[in-house]
Amino acid sequence: MAHSTVGVIFSNIHDENIPELSRHRTMASVPFGGRYRLIDFALSNMVNSGITTVGIVTKNNYQSLIDHLGSGKDWDLARKDGGIILLPPYSDETDKPYTTRLEALMGITGFLNHRSEDYVVISDCDGISHMDIGDIVRYHEAQGADITMVYHEEIEPCESSYFITLQPDETGRITGLKINPSRLKAGKKYNLYVNVMVMSREFLINTIQDAVTRGFSSFGRDILTKNVDTLKIYGYNFKGYYAGVNSMEDYFRHSMELLRREVRDEIFGNRDIYTKVRDSAPSKYLDGAVVKNSLISDGCVIEGTVENCILFRGVKVGKGSVVRNSVIMQDNVIGENVSLDCVITDKNVVIRDRKTLAGCETLPYFVSKGRML
Amino acid sequence: MLRKKECVAMLLAGGQGSRLYALTNNIAKPAVAFGAKYRIIDFPLSNCINSGIDTVGVLTQYEPLELNEYIGNGQPWDLDRAFGGVHILSPYQAKKKSSWYEGTANAIYQNMYFMKKYDPDYILILSGDHIYKMNYAEMLRAHKATGADCTIAAIEVPMKEASRFGILNTNPDGSIYQFEEKPKQPKSNLASMGIYIFTAKKLFRYLEADDANPDSSKDFGKDVLPAMLNAGEKMFSYRFKGYWKDVGTISSLWESNMDLLGRDPVFDVGSPDWKIHSRNPLAPPEYIGPTGVVENSMVALGCEIEGTVENSVLASNVVVEAGATVRDAVIMAGSVVKAGATVEYSILDENVVVEENAVVGESKEKNAGIAVLGRSIRIAANAKVAGGQILDKDYKGE
Repeated sequence: MAHSTVGVIFSNIHDENIPELSRHRTMASVPFGGRYRLIDFALSNMVNSGITTVGIVTKNNYQSLIDHLGSGKDWDLARKDGGIILLPPYSDETDKPYTTRLEALMGITGFLNHRSEDYVVISDCDGISHMDIGDIVRYHEAQGADITMVYHEEIEPCESSYFITLQPDETGRITGLKINPSRLKAGKKYNLYVNVMVMSREFLINTIQDAVTRGFSSFGRDILTKNVDTLKIYGYNFKGYYAGVNSMEDYFRHSMELLRREVRDEIFGNRDIYTKVRDSAPSKYLDGAVVKNSLISDGCVIEGTVENCILFRGVKVGKGSVVRNSVIMQDNVIGENVSLDCVITDKNVVIRDRKTLAGCETLPYFVSKGRML
Repeated sequence: MLRKKECVAMLLAGGQGSRLYALTNNIAKPAVAFGAKYRIIDFPLSNCINSGIDTVGVLTQYEPLELNEYIGNGQPWDLDRAFGGVHILSPYQAKKKSSWYEGTANAIYQNMYFMKKYDPDYILILSGDHIYKMNYAEMLRAHKATGADCTIAAIEVPMKEASRFGILNTNPDGSIYQFEEKPKQPKSNLASMGIYIFTAKKLFRYLEADDANPDSSKDFGKDVLPAMLNAGEKMFSYRFKGYWKDVGTISSLWESNMDLLGRDPVFDVGSPDWKIHSRNPLAPPEYIGPTGVVENSMVALGCEIEGTVENSVLASNVVVEAGATVRDAVIMAGSVVKAGATVEYSILDENVVVEENAVVGESKEKNAGIAVLGRSIRIAANAKVAGGQILDKDYKGE
């Protein structure tokens, strides 16, 4: 059934959630989990559900995304028919590139028209989960829904700049839908929409065309909230682990959650997460290395102490250095006798001998790409 | 202009590797795992692509399935090409006759059509038995500079081991005046590495003559090279200085894995200037747990380590549970060492399970030899596998 579904991934939406990490890249290409980019989780969910065509909507800063995706072969998405199809913004002299999700969808109607799949699954890149898209499409079909929105029950109020909560009735039909509701109570359960949505392709195309003629601009306000009584909008309760990246604090917290076995089992167990292959050598642990409760990617060379950390590919940790509670991205070089605690370093950072950097769990110290300290 | 390739590589990968015992029960030697994520064949294939040679015939015969699957369309080595690329060449049934490859020379002879399709000027003959990094383009330059018909890569070996090799006796200019296959009293310690560059037309002519000769054993070292030398063809040695290791025995395979360890390893697979390409495991980063200890080791993706790992090479998805110890060991993908078990001075093939409190091998200092556990076998709880023991079936032990 998932063979009859085409994927659409929004690579830029939510960039503002973690401006430090998305300054030079899309949300989709934000590194996560040692050797992945956020888009790998959304893409792998689709590929593992049998989807073979994924349109990727981009807007700006997408060089790193193109570099990451290449031909799509690492996701088994280098296909004669379909595969990965990049959808950069379309504009001519009179138009500006899109500013809303609905305008972006208007810009890809050509792509949607040319496909033959029955269903479209639309996903953003701000979530890390193991989601079977096939289950959601089957649910959508069984309910005879116009739109199925995936939600996750969250206790923590959402800090995102833009979020939607859903009120389903006992059949799953959404009877109330709020955009950016205020006065959320801590400790109370909310059904947070996780930015994954299923529609029939035909319904989506008709909806977009209708929105164009009426001059709508917001998918949330003009289509979802206005039509909650007339459209059959259903909620799919995703009960698995879901990590939404809505802030740097979230990013840090969810990175550290990967150190828990049950989280790793759910995200990585029984299936593959596809990512770009780099042909790094296996990581090396030298005499004197002390590594505890950490995820270490390929190409690392460790001579110091690493505790409660996520090390991306090709990180060097020198003798006498102690790195704790930190996320160290690709090709960082950490010299000797360095001390790091609650630090997030972007790619290609060099930290010279005897430096000390520390943040705290709610405010990790961030070092931007390519800096030398 | 017709499309052509200046140099086509032919990689002899049919070897059984019988001295690797249980490790080659079901796979050809070039497919044997090495260095936590590689297989032996990754080295000649990476050398080819890094040297600018993008057309490689891989000749398989013994247990080819896993090797064929591993090579696939050659994409991991950038050898998936519209013209050229890597091709598996198995023995085939022809209209007039069909036969297995009878020797190294015969294997190449039977694939004359493949080589001629690319109209090559030079043929590079390789084997899939060695771990080394070598720029074949430099060897080809030397071949052209000397105007040789055949250039043989050669390396100095310890004199006392020279009788195990094909030995080249050379003039000061590097030209070869004598070729001795495994001589009892070697005159020199310059050993052939089994890497040859031939001027294509010459090679084709000698292969045809060799095929017509009923007394020939159809082997490069024994027949073709001596025949060329006797006929007065220009043959030169090409000196290679660097790491080159035949991993055809249990002990050399173990040693070569250990050569990767340390800050300044004897052999560096991680240097960016000569990348070793391989098919990559799809696995998350390795996890070292709160009780894990990992020192002087190489660990691949997907491993879960809660126990102690020292002086060892662990391939992808190996599990070492809390209280288990792995020392001086080479463990291939997917194997599990359960709580309280000890693995010392051993080689474990893929998907081996060592149950709780079992003991595999003996301390290296006891000189009992390397214990070898074949693919997918299970060592029962509390069982004891002696040092030097080679097992290819489940073992309940004492």
